[in-house]
Amino acid sequence: MNLEYGPEYDRFRAEVRTFIERHRPLAPKAGGRAARASSEAVAWQTLLLEHGYTARTIPREYGGYGAEPDILKSRIIAEEFARAGVPGGLANQGISMLVPTLLELGTEEQKRRWIAPTLRGEIVWCQGYSEPGAGSDLASLTTSAREENGEFVVNGQKIWTSTARQADMIFCLVRTEPEAPKHAGISYLIFPMDTPGIEVRPLKTMTGHAEFNETFFTDVRVPIDQIVGRRGQGWFVANATLGHERGMLGDPDALENRLLALIKLMQEERVGSERALDNPVLRDRLVALQAEVAAMKYNGMRVLSNQLKGEPGGMAKLIVKLQSCELAHQISALAIDAMGEMGILYDGSPREREGGAWQWNYMFQLGLIIGGGTAQIQKNIIAERGLNMPREPRLEPSAATSRKEVA
Amino acid sequence: MDFGLSSEQQMLKDAVRRCLADNCPLDHVRARADAGSAVSEPAAAALHAMGLSGLMVPEAHGGLGMTLLDAAVVAEELGRAVAPVPFLARSVLAPLAFVLAGSDAQRAAWLPAIAAGEARFGVAILGIVETRDGSGVLAGEDGLSGTALFALDFEGANHFIVADDAGRLHLVNAEANGVERVALKTIDATRSVGELRFDAVPGESLADDGGAAGRRLRDAGRALLAADSLGAAEVMIEKAVAYAGEREQFGRVIGSFQAVKHMCAEMAARHEPCRALVWYAAHAFDAVPDEAALTACHAKSHTGEVHRFVARTATEVHGGMGFTDLLGLHYWFKRIGFDRQVLGGPDKVRAEAAQLQDWAAAAA
Ligand SMILES: Cc1cc2nc3c(=O)[nH]c(=O)nc-3n(C[C@H](O)[C@H](O)[C@H](O)COP(=O)(O)OP(=O)(O)OC[C@H]3O[C@@H](n4cnc5c(N)ncnc54)[C@H](O)[C@@H]3O)c2cc1C
Repeated sequence: MNLEYGPEYDRFRAEVRTFIERHRPLAPKAGGRAARASSEAVAWQTLLLEHGYTARTIPREYGGYGAEPDILKSRIIAEEFARAGVPGGLANQGISMLVPTLLELGTEEQKRRWIAPTLRGEIVWCQGYSEPGAGSDLASLTTSAREENGEFVVNGQKIWTSTARQADMIFCLVRTEPEAPKHAGISYLIFPMDTPGIEVRPLKTMTGHAEFNETFFTDVRVPIDQIVGRRGQGWFVANATLGHERGMLGDPDALENRLLALIKLMQEERVGSERALDNPVLRDRLVALQAEVAAMKYNGMRVLSNQLKGEPGGMAKLIVKLQSCELAHQISALAIDAMGEMGILYDGSPREREGGAWQWNYMFQLGLIIGGGTAQIQKNIIAERGLNMPREPRLEPSAATSRKEVA
Repeated sequence: MDFGLSSEQQMLKDAVRRCLADNCPLDHVRARADAGSAVSEPAAAALHAMGLSGLMVPEAHGGLGMTLLDAAVVAEELGRAVAPVPFLARSVLAPLAFVLAGSDAQRAAWLPAIAAGEARFGVAILGIVETRDGSGVLAGEDGLSGTALFALDFEGANHFIVADDAGRLHLVNAEANGVERVALKTIDATRSVGELRFDAVPGESLADDGGAAGRRLRDAGRALLAADSLGAAEVMIEKAVAYAGEREQFGRVIGSFQAVKHMCAEMAARHEPCRALVWYAAHAFDAVPDEAALTACHAKSHTGEVHRFVARTATEVHGGMGFTDLLGLHYWFKRIGFDRQVLGGPDKVRAEAAQLQDWAAAAA
């Protein structure tokens, strides 16, 4: 057990801290929910790109900083920004999912064209995977793309498309080989959202905001070179992105920050003269969550160490999405309980606490439990991959490899 | 940066596992339990031969001078094997007591004897956590008087370390005049605890440090009970998964039923982060003393909760067979139950964690 990062890294950490202290006034407010970055957020992103505090290892020719991959430095950056309560680089679906996919599997032309403006926040992407009939069982998707005169012609419907209205571009799974077995008939296309034939209808979510959409395609024409990977390889390409998505959903620093916010709330919220923290039942729940957050923090350090040694993440990694999303949800649940009646105030009400953020989080985190591979699908993965338990008997030979059973 | 066991610790773990596989298989555990003893002489002797009696004894006094994380590695293996071997009090807390609060003379007298396996200590420090049922030990002019509950590694101990009501540690000979020893029976046949009744017992006091050493022993004890629980729970998950892969109902192995798979996945998902938490708590004891008390609370309470869930769920996966004595699954179930309650159950320990952070006033 050695928790020292070593002098080189301690120096690097000091540099990051100095940078944050010096530039803190320029940082946009954390926790912005807007799909399209504000002008301050874009300026902040540009500054971070220049200093290599985001897109650090992405080659310079694609708009990154071009540093050697160094897991510890990336970790230090994440830790220090989280500790300072200052937002790090943009983490939208384009940056978190599309960019890594293009880096792995895109053509040179695609990398040069799309990565840099995406990193700068100029191009916003949405993810067109889920369909009304294809959720967990994503590979059963039916949105079709037939080839015609050097173009794909896309028809069908996507659903739950977050940020589709604000997005400039979509990365989208379509069926190009209707005769092929289910997983082998899919292709991964990228195209602009203003292509004729695309219609986006907002879907209001339980939070009261329209955070995602239905997206309809009617004879949408996509140039043939806007495919990532080869025809019929889309499932494989998408797996690369889903792996990145899951990485994004289990951030231990975010959990720690939520817990700190909860502690602060429980110190401030009072009934009469008694703070929420003085209530032994609430306090007991708080300490139980604190222990669990600590366990996830050290589990994260264990995963990081395995990664440093080039060892597989194993069970410690497989459980992160399931456990962290649930834990984040429980933290919000306790916050609501600690506020009592005040916990239900929302939507700009008088006496509302923190802009209704706890209720919003409580609901949004339930969305995260469902999205990106539901809790049940995560349990299937843990049982089948982590514990080597038998798969479900199949109804038909190639059916039912679920969408998120990929990594 | 390397969060995890060193290669030496991994070797120690493997060696203890092999040693217990050879000397302490389940049949043997069962035989000891049936004989009413929580001490396996062959297993204890084999571990002693590996030097583990002196694990926590400084090298200068003839021991291995290891850390609490090393001890946690051993505890985990003992939990895995549900080994009836006195370890926590005898080989960890007692030497720590002398290291933390012994005079030079006391260390020179007792630490080598512990390493040699001649001084076999039980440790009674529950008084630091709580007093109840009329328990309490007063140290007066004429020696120790009162009752100490839940002395650990009770069976076969020839000496005891006892905390008095002020938290100060004392050393008493098990055979001293005025000592009455009453064994307590628990669910867990693989560990032995007892009650010590003192009537003006001549004791030898360790340093008057305001209870500091006693609190350290409590923290170490909690981290190691959590480590023991970790090993026991891991075996229960392994057994549940293996059983689910063999047992057939409705024409298929039950492990292919999603309800069963999800029970196993939940056990694994809740259990896995416990490992990192326990390692950190044990590491912090030596390397990050400021965090030691709090992380020991977290490790103890969190494993207590998670492993209770594992113990009952793994039993359920075995169906009626899990409820029988045939498979011996209950030895692990009960070991986990013991680990959860001793030195403070989860609720008690969380209340202390709150006090440590000034979130609550200390109980009067
Ligand atoms: C906040 C949010 C944002 C999202 N953003 C996007 C986006 O931008 N782009 C996009 O493409 N998609 C997006 N999604 C969709 C998301 O990926 C799907 O909701 C998810 O994969 C589940 O699919 P479903 O909703 O069809 O549910 P279903 O698959 O219909 O699941 C319903 C229930 O059945 C259970 N179930 C299904 N299959 C199994 C099985 N094999 N074993 C056990 N239980 C099972 C599920 O766990 C769940 O409880 C988003 C979802 C949310 C909530």
